[in-house]
Amino acid sequence: MSQITPIFKREFLGYFRTPVAYVFLIIFLLASVGLAFFVGQLFKGNQATLEAYFTFHPWLFLFLIPAAGMRLWSEERRSGTIELLFTLPVTPLDAVLGKFFAAWAFLAAAILLSFPLALTVAWLGDPDWGVMASSYFGSILMAGAYLGVCSLMSALTKNQVVGFVLGLFANLVLVFLGWSVFNGALAAVFPQAIVDLLANFSHTTHFDAFTKGIIDPKDVMFFLSLAGFCLFLNVLALER
Amino acid sequence: MIEVRGLAKNYGLFRAVDNVSFSVQRGDILGFLGPNGAGKSTTMKMITGFLRPTAGTAVVDGHDVTRAPIEVKRRIGYLPESAPCYPEMTVAEFLAFIAEMRGFRAPVEKAARIRRVVELCHLDGVLGQSIETLSKGFKQRVGFAQALLHDPPVLVLDEPTDGLDPNQKNEVRAIIKQLATQKAVILSTHILEEVDALCTRIILISRGKVVVDETPAAFRARRPGARLDEIFRELTRGDI
Repeated sequence: MSQITPIFKREFLGYFRTPVAYVFLIIFLLASVGLAFFVGQLFKGNQATLEAYFTFHPWLFLFLIPAAGMRLWSEERRSGTIELLFTLPVTPLDAVLGKFFAAWAFLAAAILLSFPLALTVAWLGDPDWGVMASSYFGSILMAGAYLGVCSLMSALTKNQVVGFVLGLFANLVLVFLGWSVFNGALAAVFPQAIVDLLANFSHTTHFDAFTKGIIDPKDVMFFLSLAGFCLFLNVLALER
Repeated sequence: MIEVRGLAKNYGLFRAVDNVSFSVQRGDILGFLGPNGAGKSTTMKMITGFLRPTAGTAVVDGHDVTRAPIEVKRRIGYLPESAPCYPEMTVAEFLAFIAEMRGFRAPVEKAARIRRVVELCHLDGVLGQSIETLSKGFKQRVGFAQALLHDPPVLVLDEPTDGLDPNQKNEVRAIIKQLATQKAVILSTHILEEVDALCTRIILISRGKVVVDETPAAFRARRPGARLDEIFRELTRGDI
């Protein structure tokens, strides 16, 4: 377990050794805040909440998290450094966790960097800080679940583009299952019970409560167990 | 020190390594010869615990690589073919990462370990340079430094002088020779003169099988007066 630390450190700082970190952070903030202002009508809503910011996260993550996660394993495979890594005294589990936590911490930083938005809302009105905190918490948890899926997909290929597309598609399915428009279409074919069951496996279903200020252990468990299950498969994929 | 027992590896229906057995003692430098694709690298990857053998095993310093891979990895310094290193890191950052992975976390010890290999491999001038900007010779030396950092009892070097100029080749050979008195060394090479200059034993592998296991003198005596590459060609004719 002690081997997680150096891998975490290398991986986290690795984002800042390449343009990846700066490009990612700038695009992420432009897109997330831009969506909140221009599509979510943050100011026109005339309410002191960040709902307009968080409501787009499941869609935004769909593109940006595969972009951050695709390199996790496919880059090691492509460049051959995986041979170096796995002839050091480290178990696949430690390596998977070290990389995952580093990428997760990076994503959490990207999400939390929207804090000026929260300060703006607080200056203009009187927001509910509890709702704000639970929204940030839920968003970071959900980012972990997206990332778990992407880490697994990245381990399956040595091609980063394939890793990106697989990660995007798998997460897209998980978003669609809970999207009202898609659910409506499903309900026309399947009984409601099946539609509800499928919706249970969706990012969006479990994220909604957080944005309303409710932290339900069920939702927390969903995101954690989705990430955990994917990382378990990730370890299996690396053990040959 | 190293005990290889009936090692075999299948890639699908193709048998890359077939029932390879040999042993290496402390003080030995074993020259691993063979045409490209004969199974040299695959054998080395199994000894270092990177690939799982289809059959057989390797025992390093009393630890079985199939049962205690981490213990084996602690005792081996491995230079993979073409020395893959993380390109975006500087030499100093990379060696610090390796030191931490090897368990040298205390700053004083870490610095001492790094200083030793930096001197040994003449890396002082490039410590602050990122690895992707280095010439092939320097990259190879960084890979070499990484393998020596924990002063392992066993060295496995896959083509250590590949891509070096004649001066650098001589220097690497001198280092290996100097270290080998305390260690068991396996090195693979294409350069037959190198075997003559360096090795205490030759193993020639062809189509995954050990064809020759003897001293360089005995190898030369197979056809007195002939050049080494003529003997090599004759023994590996099946590969062409």
